[in-house]
Amino acid sequence: MLETLTFWGLSGLAILASALVIGQRNPMYSVMMLIASFGALAGLYIQLDAPFVAVAQIIIYAGAIMVLFLFVVMLLNAPQEDAAEWDRTHPLRQPGIMRFGGMLAVLLVLQLTWALLRVNGIDVPVGAEGDSEALGSVRTLGRILFTEYVFAFEATSILILVAMVGAVLLARREGDR
Amino acid sequence: MELRFLVQLGIIGFTFFMLINASALLVLAERKIMGFMQQRYGPYLVGPHGLLQPLADILKLLMKEELRPKGADKWLFTLAPILSVTAAFAAFATVPWGAETTFFGLLDEPVSLGAADINVGVLVIFAITSMGVYGIVLAGWSSNSKYSLMGGLRASAQMISYELSYATALAAVILLAGSLSLREVVDSQAGSWFGFLPQWYVFLQPIGFIIYMIAGVAETNRAPFDFPEAEQELVAGYNTEYSSVRFALFPQAEYINMTTMSAVATDLYLGGWHGPFLPPEYGWIWFLIKIGAILFAYIWVRWTLPRYRYDQLMQFGWKWLFPAAVINLIVTAALVLYFNA
Repeated sequence: MLETLTFWGLSGLAILASALVIGQRNPMYSVMMLIASFGALAGLYIQLDAPFVAVAQIIIYAGAIMVLFLFVVMLLNAPQEDAAEWDRTHPLRQPGIMRFGGMLAVLLVLQLTWALLRVNGIDVPVGAEGDSEALGSVRTLGRILFTEYVFAFEATSILILVAMVGAVLLARREGDR
Repeated sequence: MELRFLVQLGIIGFTFFMLINASALLVLAERKIMGFMQQRYGPYLVGPHGLLQPLADILKLLMKEELRPKGADKWLFTLAPILSVTAAFAAFATVPWGAETTFFGLLDEPVSLGAADINVGVLVIFAITSMGVYGIVLAGWSSNSKYSLMGGLRASAQMISYELSYATALAAVILLAGSLSLREVVDSQAGSWFGFLPQWYVFLQPIGFIIYMIAGVAETNRAPFDFPEAEQELVAGYNTEYSSVRFALFPQAEYINMTTMSAVATDLYLGGWHGPFLPPEYGWIWFLIKIGAILFAYIWVRWTLPRYRYDQLMQFGWKWLFPAAVINLIVTAALVLYFNA
């Protein structure tokens, strides 16, 4: 009973906060809402008996990445989003581009539905199969990450490295070589 | 069951109460030690030897008028100090401060001294302390003042930079102990080498301990790394526009963060409640002594070292402290692998 209540409370909070991230105009509040959404997700991970993932979510997303977001928003110092977004002549508001965006959104919904329909055993509680103690342990997680999913892991790190190099390249001034 | 639950609740309440006391006592200790170092008495008038000074300070702050600048963001301006102090209190939740005890036979099964005991305790502390930066950053932004904004910006850059070294130093100890639970880390430090040298990780991780302490000072925004406040350049930094209770919450958060930082250092490096002479039930006395020594060092450093320059802080953090922490971690990992194989 309590578990169900917490689940609905946390998921409701996550959805509401995520909707508010794009639903209101002040970028500072958007950042705060995103942090709240991450917090709710961390709560859901704890419910799934994955405390390590929950804590990692808080440390990496809420603790580090969102601080950088705040940093950028503060540097831009824009209390309201730029009015040009609502301008009909804005390049992103051309009909062709908007149709393309709509198509992408439909595609995403289709993909998500397909992925969710393919999941087996969604009604089996986590930890019911196998050793629930080992499932939540950092040791098991690390071993799986570096054996079974090592390619995905390394590919992601290279992707992030490329993004970092790109950011440095873009931020570099013309003069210094 | 009932009694055990009540006892556990009592321990949580006691921890909370002691944290509030710690912040009040630290204000007094700071002023007294500063006075001693500057060859004067410090607060002396309120109570015997000025011992009641913290109470007077708190009363004074409560009586002040609460001001809010006209252009400030109403919600975030109110939220910032609350966030700060909540994160500070919550971070202590998984810090154990004494051995398991039955309270002299009152309970059938021993209960652990500390608000909560979970298996990823170290990471939880780290996660919650990393949330503390929001209080400062939001305070800086929402005040709508250039000094506050500068303070907030500095806080976010500084805390992100030093969090890395801090976490890397912690990771080396976790490798040695083989557990993320603080209680298990402490218990793996029981006993002694050659009969006299206590098995504390500070002897295995001297560089890690120094990195932890330096990064800890930067994380709690204390001098010589107090750039978010930097009174000579930024008036008072992120809390310039605050007054009354809202202002009081910021120093309180800072002092509680200091206490947490010292408690974690005690648990990770100094053997927690393990020490000679005292029976295990009185281990918390050792814990208090060790925390007190580290806190004294904190205050000592603040009143003897001048503030760095901001670019020096960044250079030091990224070019020296972080590489040193990474090398320390790699060497520790290699040695653990070698001796365990």
